[in-house]
Amino acid sequence: MTKKAKRDTTLTVLLIIGMIIFLQVANTTFDSYEKQVLSLMAIYGIMAVSLNLVNGITGIFSLGHAGFILLGAYTSALLTIPSEQKIAMFIIQPPSPLIANLHADFLTATIMGGLVAAFGAFIIGFPVLRLSGDYLAIASLGFSEVLRIFALNLQSVTNGSLGLKGIPNYTNVWWSWGWLVVTVIFVVSLVKSSYGRALLAIRDNSIAAEAMGINVFKHTLLSFVISAFFAGVSGALYAHWLTTIDPRITTFGPTLTYYVLIMVVLGGLGSITGSVVGAVLFAFLMEWLRVFEQPFTLFGRSFPAIQGMRMLVLSVLFVVTMIVWKRGIFGRSELTWDAIINFFKKFGKKADERGVGK
Amino acid sequence: MIQDNERNGKNGKPDKKEKNIVLKMDHITMQFGGLTAVDDFDNVVYEGEILGIIGPNGAGKTTAFNVITGIYYPTKGRVIFDGIDITPYRPHQVTHLGIARTFQNIRLFANLTVIDNVLVAQHHLLSGNDADALLKKNGKEKKVRGHLWFWRAVTKIGYNKTERKMKEEAMRILKKLELDNLSHEKASSLPYGQQRKLEIARALATEPKLLLLDEPAAGMNPRESEELLQFIKYIRDEFKLTIILIEHDMKVVMGVCERIIVMDSGKIIAEGTPEEISKNPKVIEAYLGKEWEYAGA
Repeated sequence: MTKKAKRDTTLTVLLIIGMIIFLQVANTTFDSYEKQVLSLMAIYGIMAVSLNLVNGITGIFSLGHAGFILLGAYTSALLTIPSEQKIAMFIIQPPSPLIANLHADFLTATIMGGLVAAFGAFIIGFPVLRLSGDYLAIASLGFSEVLRIFALNLQSVTNGSLGLKGIPNYTNVWWSWGWLVVTVIFVVSLVKSSYGRALLAIRDNSIAAEAMGINVFKHTLLSFVISAFFAGVSGALYAHWLTTIDPRITTFGPTLTYYVLIMVVLGGLGSITGSVVGAVLFAFLMEWLRVFEQPFTLFGRSFPAIQGMRMLVLSVLFVVTMIVWKRGIFGRSELTWDAIINFFKKFGKKADERGVGK
Repeated sequence: MIQDNERNGKNGKPDKKEKNIVLKMDHITMQFGGLTAVDDFDNVVYEGEILGIIGPNGAGKTTAFNVITGIYYPTKGRVIFDGIDITPYRPHQVTHLGIARTFQNIRLFANLTVIDNVLVAQHHLLSGNDADALLKKNGKEKKVRGHLWFWRAVTKIGYNKTERKMKEEAMRILKKLELDNLSHEKASSLPYGQQRKLEIARALATEPKLLLLDEPAAGMNPRESEELLQFIKYIRDEFKLTIILIEHDMKVVMGVCERIIVMDSGKIIAEGTPEEISKNPKVIEAYLGKEWEYAGA
């Protein structure tokens, strides 16, 4: 037992070291586009893992993730943009003095983004988490839209529909993957504690969980707030990756929530490693499938470029994926070191048998 | 604890030895719109006894349980447990105060392992519960496993030892219930009888003083239910519990209960020892109908 735990810790540390080496190599050899995609993978990863904490592990179907990402993005962006630039940017209405004068470094801004999102979740959680099932989904979706409409209309705080431009491009592979590691470690150690078991119990049977002395509301609120914190962090990273944010429906609307939901379901609801894999796969496919949007020739006929073709291909791919793996790639189980080692052992055995047969 | 003076006075015949009252149901009435599910339920439960509540379908037995455990707030009346008025408390608080229950239709955490099911029940002992303040106010205190905050659980600083202790405790309970060899099985993969047992194990892990069993023998054949009754007696002695047992089938309760309450249409129609109950004309009527009805037909 302890020997196994030691082995797992060693392997995890080795994995992180391997990742650091890979990122270092990637940082020097990849071009800026590839580096951008690499960062986006991690940002999506944080979004997916945090949504999975609520939707997969606590089992409450929330669709309000985009709202928390928006809160984190705006908070951090307003903190990192220099004051003069903010004053120059707010043309319709000058920024309120508090907004204009506050300034922070990137790390503080990211954490503040997370905290503001967590606070937002705390406030929203009181009415929303009293509901259940579909009603909760609709209410949380509504709240995230309300936040977006606020961002659209609070001219002196968010610059309204003009959005925030010229956000310093701080997000690099180090920041994004670093935060992903922090998120995964935090969520995994939460799930592996007594609190995590309580959340899983609430997912399985909330009436029985309450009868076993678990304060269901308090625990769902806890997971909602933690999820929102990391959503806020991912929002901050996203804002400094995009460098321009605005409250249009395409940026922080329900589409973003659905993207994150796709990653989570693709990886497997309730599986944290699944979420990371789902996010990486999603980010990769979204970029790689651009080949389908270029003009192409088929059977001697040339076709013009079709915009949005990649979304069609992606949808078909996901439908096929969900038919093959009904519960997502990993289902509810985690990709543990045990599973990997067993897989290789089996693989090795098969190869051996084949070798003997010849 | 309240001494049993009032009751002795009322009946006029004092018990041989003074018994402590654990639970007092003080004229409970529970109405759902026009339907009165429980009508003026007034009784007490003594420490260490096994009390059976029987009655036909829809007599209000489960509703009475739901009122005691805080799922429903009664229309009238109070529930007093261990000298504390628990009527306004929510189910998780009631559990923390020391009442555990099982469900008529099994409600296990199906996707968790057997041991995790038991560990979940210990969660409220880890860092306390909202009901702690109430216990302190009444001069009692729940033995919590060190004030462990959420952050300690996440950062694992000083947490692993507590986790190990919890696992030991869970294994101890599972061993007593002969479920320890199944501890890493998924709860939903257990056979029916073991699932019922696991539900009781889980309830025991909350460290209750009073255990409410809602039709524990439902869906069991006569031999299995006979085993179950022996098992109920065993856990009562082993864990020093007071047990209230709901049963649908009269034969089942006769062997194990020291006192039986019979309910029909929300009312208590009879109370007494199994022998008294089996001869009571009112009980026979509730179960079989009035005699003249048969004569007429």
